[in-house]
Amino acid sequence: MKIAVCVKQVPDTWAEKKLRSDDSRLDREAADGVLNELDEYAVEQALQITEALGGEVVIVTMGPERAAETLRKAISMGADAGIHLVDDHLAGSDAIATSAALAKALEGRGFDLILFGSESTDARMSVIPAMIAERLDLPQVTFAQKVDVSGTTLTAERVTDYGYDVLTTELPAVVSVVEKINEPRYPSFKGIMAAKKKPVETLTVGDLGLEASVVGAAAAWSAVADFAARPPKAAGVVVTDEGNGGTKIAEYLTSQKFI
Amino acid sequence: MSDVIVLAEHFDSEVKKVTLELVTAARSLGSPVVLWLGAGCTDSVVETMGSFGASQVLVADSDAVRNHPVAPGAEIVAELIGSMSPAAVLVASSADGKEIAARAAIKSGSGIITDAVEIAADGTVTQSVFGGSTIVHSKVTHGTPIITVRPNAIPATQAPTTATKTDITPAVSEAAQKVTITNRAVVEKGARPELAEAEIVVSGGRGVGGAEGFGVIEQLADSLNGAVGASRAATDAGWYPHQFQVGQTGKTVSPQLYIANGISGAIQHRAGMQTSKVVVVVNKDPEAPIFELADYGVVGDLFSVVPQLTQEISSRK
Ligand SMILES: Cc1cc2nc3c(=O)[nH]c(=O)nc-3n(C[C@H](O)[C@H](O)[C@H](O)COP(=O)(O)OP(=O)(O)OC[C@H]3O[C@@H](n4cnc5c(N)ncnc54)[C@H](O)[C@@H]3O)c2cc1C
Ligand SMILES: Cc1cc2nc3c(=O)[nH]c(=O)nc-3n(C[C@H](O)[C@H](O)[C@H](O)COP(=O)(O)OP(=O)(O)OC[C@H]3O[C@@H](n4cnc5c(N)ncnc54)[C@H](O)[C@@H]3O)c2cc1C
Repeated sequence: MKIAVCVKQVPDTWAEKKLRSDDSRLDREAADGVLNELDEYAVEQALQITEALGGEVVIVTMGPERAAETLRKAISMGADAGIHLVDDHLAGSDAIATSAALAKALEGRGFDLILFGSESTDARMSVIPAMIAERLDLPQVTFAQKVDVSGTTLTAERVTDYGYDVLTTELPAVVSVVEKINEPRYPSFKGIMAAKKKPVETLTVGDLGLEASVVGAAAAWSAVADFAARPPKAAGVVVTDEGNGGTKIAEYLTSQKFI
Repeated sequence: MSDVIVLAEHFDSEVKKVTLELVTAARSLGSPVVLWLGAGCTDSVVETMGSFGASQVLVADSDAVRNHPVAPGAEIVAELIGSMSPAAVLVASSADGKEIAARAAIKSGSGIITDAVEIAADGTVTQSVFGGSTIVHSKVTHGTPIITVRPNAIPATQAPTTATKTDITPAVSEAAQKVTITNRAVVEKGARPELAEAEIVVSGGRGVGGAEGFGVIEQLADSLNGAVGASRAATDAGWYPHQFQVGQTGKTVSPQLYIANGISGAIQHRAGMQTSKVVVVVNKDPEAPIFELADYGVVGDLFSVVPQLTQEISSRK
């Protein structure tokens, strides 16, 4: 079983996220970059599958130079190798261009499974897995809370608004997982040391065989016109319950016309 | 006037409120044409679409559409983009909606913008990002604008007309039928409004202490005709079903009123409720970060504050 796991470096979950005033892009310098926490579940799932069935796990990321740390972090959970798409031409890519570059990097390498988190914590689009499935013409099994692989058949539970759907398909396939699926392991000391020696391939736009004109900000099919910080909310009123807390809220709700 | 394709969000014949919000938003861009995938498009559905201003309802129902997720829908949307040259395609920001939009964007060579909270007549989209702290205006600059819209962001208003219903028999490729839905587990919905659509959401967290504790949360919700939500701590503990989890990996809600009870306000919880218009907090810890979001907060034990509130509401009605 050869598994790719796509991971994204995002600003630290707790950091205040900002856009840069000059080009309206995410200010990635303003906060520490961390592994998108939902992608940890995808790495864990890949490791569990290869531990049961044998095989290899390759971590794939597209991002600037410093995304290499995130790639190593994911590898240190126990993966075997990494692929880093890094090229200044990729900066400012929209989802369309990101998926184009990732698809090229994944194509033709014989992956049986391509795993993703269900969304990034910064842009939160939840579209990249579906776009990769579309581009590579692979079956798409997303928002999985349970995944079973038996032979070449994949069965999964896709979380829906009303419960879940049970899906089946044949490998190779694209899968995204939700956080209910497992409990990601912490990298062990051994894993962290080993990760330093695992092979990481870096790829440029040229290596991917893509024209520089189809990726990056200039090629984006959507453009930010302007942005602004939302004016901060006026500080609210906080009172301590002295036996009439419920009544006080009722008065407030009445004043706001909810009652 | 150009057509604007609206992908209906529905569960069988039950139309989700966001569909009417999409039709309303579509009116400012052109003439709304609703695409209904799968079963359930009754005459009364068509009538409802008409009353919100849809000129047509196109029904694409076949085994291929019913039994395979996402890919068939994306194929049909892309085909209609080709044949109708619409001014835009509007889709709900649900899991299926975003993924159908994503694949249709690639197929049709179009840009995509997700999680719109407003769409101007010139196609400029407003997004509320980073938990509502930043407002972004953007525009699709290539192909047909494909825009997913957040539920509860654009109020639905009526604009009565008569919609015609047309069955389109879409050919769905083999490639789009590689994944099969073999079973559908449907959780009992109950009588309360749907979480993502509700005007009022009353949520409980670890502070509720157990499944029985959710009784006081439900009673408060019912007194306000609201929906019940829960933090992940509460759903993971099995106190309340996962479908009701609010947050990063649960539902995103933007109600008029959100009442958080016994919830500390972790970043992942906030990600799902931060754009609520009015936030009321009950928590016994004055340092709980959720108070930062509160328009009105009470530091106290939810088991005394919440029942008293429910009682007050019932007596004031
Ligand atoms: C606030 C904000 C709003 C944006 N809005 C739009 C928009 O409306 N339209 C648009 O086209 N672009 C938009 N972008 C750009 C978009 O974020 C990037 O193109 C991004 O790479 C893809 O979207 P996502 O991060 O939401 O991915 P998602 O689809 O949410 O990510 C799902 C999974 O895909 C994988 N993945 C995502 N990115 C990478 C990566 N770089 N390398 C490896 N794996 C990855 C991960 O497994 C992740 O869990 C926006 C960016 C920001 C910061
Ligand atoms: C990948 C990932 C995804 C996640 N996704 C989500 C998500 O979608 N949604 C989500 O909610 N969380 C999510 N989380 C979890 C999140 O980090 C928090 O752990 C969770 O929100 C905590 O829930 P809580 O506030 O109910 O519990 P706690 O943080 O334990 O807070 C309980 C609060 O109740 C108060 N309290 C206790 N007893 C009483 C009482 N009698 N009266 C009044 N107040 C009382 C306490 O003072 C405390 O503030 C996610 C985490 C990860 C890692």
